[in-house]
Amino acid sequence: METSLSSSLKAWQIAEKCKRDHNQIDPMINFFIDRNVRYKDVLNTHLYFDVQDIYQQVEKLKSQAYEHLPLAFVPVLIKDNICTENIPTTCASKILEDYRPPYSATVIERLKQAGAIIFGKLNCDEFAMGSSNENSAYGPVLNPWDKEYVPGGSSGGSAAAVSAGLCPIALGSDTGGSIRQPASYCGILGYKPSYGLVSRFGLIAFASSLDQIGPMTTDALDAALLSDVIMGHDPKDSTSLKSGSPSWFQTLKELKESEINLKGTTIGVVSEFFAAGIDSEVNACLQENIKKLSELGATIKNVSLKSLKNSISTYYVIATAEASANLARYDGIRFGFRADSHEGKKSLKEMYANTRTQGFGDEVKRRIFLGTYVLSSGYKDAYYTKATRMRQVIKDDFLAAFSAVDFLVGPTAPTTAFKLGEKNKDPVSMYLNDIYTIAVNLAGLPALSLPCGINSLGLPIGMQFIGKPGDDFQILKGAYVYEQATGWHEHHKPKL
Amino acid sequence: MSRPQGGMNTTNLSSNEQPRQSQFKAVIGLEVHCQLNTETKLFCGCPTQFGELPNHNTCPICLGLPGVLPVLNTKAVDFGIRLALAVGARLQPTSVFARKQYFYPDLPKGYQITQYDLPYAVGGGISLSDGKFIALTRIHFEEDAGKNIHGDRVSYVDLNRAGIPLLEIVTEPCIHTPEHAGEYLKRLRSIVRHLEISDGNLDEGSFRCDVNISVQGIHDKELGTRCEIKNLNSFKNIERAIQYEILRQIDLIEDGKKIVQETLLYDPALGRTQAMRSKEEAKDYRYFPDPDLKPLIISPERIERVKTNLAELPEAMANRFSESYQITLLDADQLTHEKELALFFEEVVAKVKKEISPKIVANWILSEYLREHNEKKWDFKKPVITAQNMADLLNLMAEGVISGKIAKMVFNEMVDTQADPSVIVKKKGLVQITDTSIIREAIATILANNSGQVGEYLSGKEKLFGFFVGEIMKVSKGKYNPALVNQILKELLNDQEKTLQAQK
Repeated sequence: METSLSSSLKAWQIAEKCKRDHNQIDPMINFFIDRNVRYKDVLNTHLYFDVQDIYQQVEKLKSQAYEHLPLAFVPVLIKDNICTENIPTTCASKILEDYRPPYSATVIERLKQAGAIIFGKLNCDEFAMGSSNENSAYGPVLNPWDKEYVPGGSSGGSAAAVSAGLCPIALGSDTGGSIRQPASYCGILGYKPSYGLVSRFGLIAFASSLDQIGPMTTDALDAALLSDVIMGHDPKDSTSLKSGSPSWFQTLKELKESEINLKGTTIGVVSEFFAAGIDSEVNACLQENIKKLSELGATIKNVSLKSLKNSISTYYVIATAEASANLARYDGIRFGFRADSHEGKKSLKEMYANTRTQGFGDEVKRRIFLGTYVLSSGYKDAYYTKATRMRQVIKDDFLAAFSAVDFLVGPTAPTTAFKLGEKNKDPVSMYLNDIYTIAVNLAGLPALSLPCGINSLGLPIGMQFIGKPGDDFQILKGAYVYEQATGWHEHHKPKL
Repeated sequence: MSRPQGGMNTTNLSSNEQPRQSQFKAVIGLEVHCQLNTETKLFCGCPTQFGELPNHNTCPICLGLPGVLPVLNTKAVDFGIRLALAVGARLQPTSVFARKQYFYPDLPKGYQITQYDLPYAVGGGISLSDGKFIALTRIHFEEDAGKNIHGDRVSYVDLNRAGIPLLEIVTEPCIHTPEHAGEYLKRLRSIVRHLEISDGNLDEGSFRCDVNISVQGIHDKELGTRCEIKNLNSFKNIERAIQYEILRQIDLIEDGKKIVQETLLYDPALGRTQAMRSKEEAKDYRYFPDPDLKPLIISPERIERVKTNLAELPEAMANRFSESYQITLLDADQLTHEKELALFFEEVVAKVKKEISPKIVANWILSEYLREHNEKKWDFKKPVITAQNMADLLNLMAEGVISGKIAKMVFNEMVDTQADPSVIVKKKGLVQITDTSIIREAIATILANNSGQVGEYLSGKEKLFGFFVGEIMKVSKGKYNPALVNQILKELLNDQEKTLQAQK
């Protein structure tokens, strides 16, 4: 019995086991509860974890017909910027310290309908703003591979939890790389879907035109399974695409042996991804893996994305502009934190100022200032308007590249995980970490990061696939083929 | 159509102001915020019902809770298309929702979703009775804010109104008199009510007007510094406020003082405008397209669909009334100003006997009925006198049961008691007397008692005929059939004349 329980079980395996034999349910749930209890404080992954709540969900599901539910009894952890009804949702911010939403995000509703057990809420950078998870008001998450290192961000809690086997699958969100970069740093698969494939209803907005919820898993099959559950048009989100739910899991499972290769696939290598700034070990690892893709039958082609050099500045204008408006609602009036006024009567303005000064962390404030500035009269044309034009240029650049290739390959980040405290004093060097991921959000493309190597320090290296808009399956299949051929993702786990 | 002259209420300038004003020209632009009467709010499913308990009509979306997203109400868009079609505005194939950012407790998200540089409709306008055309700059959609309620020590926020759909209708700065401003607003209100897209209720704030106003010398090329007057909640106050503000600005200019650009409130009790804030803060709303909403695409098919179901507009209705009911355009214009009144008129016309012409119906409605309506502040939607009762009253007249004079008495009784006219006539014994022998006897008595006047009449003072009629009606309390009175009086006077001649 004990041997069948393992932290490396896939989501689909857990669901199958529990559906096949109901005696498996309790041991399975208890195994994961134990594992969460054991590691959550060591890694500081969790912002909410309640065993009673888990048992209640399990008992409720047992009383229902769960035989056909794809995620029956699968423990899922949720990034804390996704609303869960009556369960604290803080965005890792002091300003939402005790906030419990009166409704659940569409993705949460869909997970529950699929039989998933919401195991808890995960730490992240405050309002998903950051690349190291050091911007959480509740302390940084530690990298399971080496606790002196950051797990990446902003979905650092999700990446660390999946990497440490606290749950097979987790939800993250990606605005400029927040799923892919931590996935890369923690050696898991992180997938950011095409913009509009996953409903944003209930995702606490950072930058609405860039945000996208996505799966964080250990392999492509589980990413496909989770996608099947959470995707599909949502009438509550006006930017949600009018497409039905996919059935990628089944499609991948049913691939014949002869189809598990990259024959007939043209993969573009973005030369700008290998320019100055890339770590030499990351570079070497990626070159080796590109060779491997070629051996799997792919045609490798060099492509250039000239506008890529403008992506960071473009992103930090658009994302902060949107954020400055999205975060205006945290004003102490209706919900969340309100600054005390011990010094007697305060004006409304002072209440706003004190609440927001005390409630938000430095990085959030920095971005609100930036966003307010780039939209201000007299500056808007030079910054915001210009950035929206550059965004279109970047999109067009990608589309041009895709006329010759099926998907693009490159590193997810220029380096592997860095040490805690190494970059958080220098915002610009932190921002540069997202250089390979950011343009993808500006163009609304699908992309994923999958583990493909280990550096000399024993830290994982991630490889990024970037797909055509809407052609998400292509990159998932690419990842699946790579996994089947190399088995890399199974052989390398952090030692906790 | 050519508009009938007059017809709308006007505020006349006192005569001694006229020459002073003639040196100056006022330039006025109006911004109307018109609440659409959709069942649900602009971006969520909350009801728009007025008068609920505070914060009753709210949900996570209109409360602006974290994570929520707006979804555009398609009904509101159709309503907006109706107005654009009605005033001849050009519907834009693509328009964009933008965020207008400012902090205020009644603004839950910290921004208002509105339309900024790309509104859904531009141009168009409304003609006034003297032929003046009030050109529109634009019409756009936006969501309403909530309401702050200030207590003694604390303030409260009511978000029932937050998210209710509004149309903002902006005129060109092409208005120069308070009268034109007033008539434009009345006509616009009439149109939105005919289209059934808004209650146009000034008291409940579903039709709100801000006035931009500046004054310049009649030969000046440049516009003067403008002030904005807010919070105007009746047509009368709007005209008065404009009038006051024009004179205030002229006074300042004549005294060589500068006009400060500021926001003013009109105090109806004092009859003057006052600065709302002592110092105008520099406002920067930091507009940008709302990334949560896709651009609004209005297809030609959609416009066609709305067009085919478009209600008859007041102007067209007035023309039709004038032609098919043979009433003056002026009467038709007044009858069609309120849709309910126009329908009431048509209903009464359909129910009266053919002896009662539409002209008579129009006269009754525009004089007796409308006078009572205005005096007692009736609601057109809840008629105190039904069309059936109104028609019955006129029919009693046609049948000769009561005279016109009695009819007016009965009408007043109907206003007080809401009873059927026939019941009132019976109960009060107001049935017209048509018994010729009774009338003849009464007239004979009156002539006998006024032999002096009879003599004068017979010697050529024919005006005295009216005197006799008056005396007869006095005696009969108006109940004698006037036609019979006329006829018998003539007969008896003729008899007297014959007798006189025979005596000669």
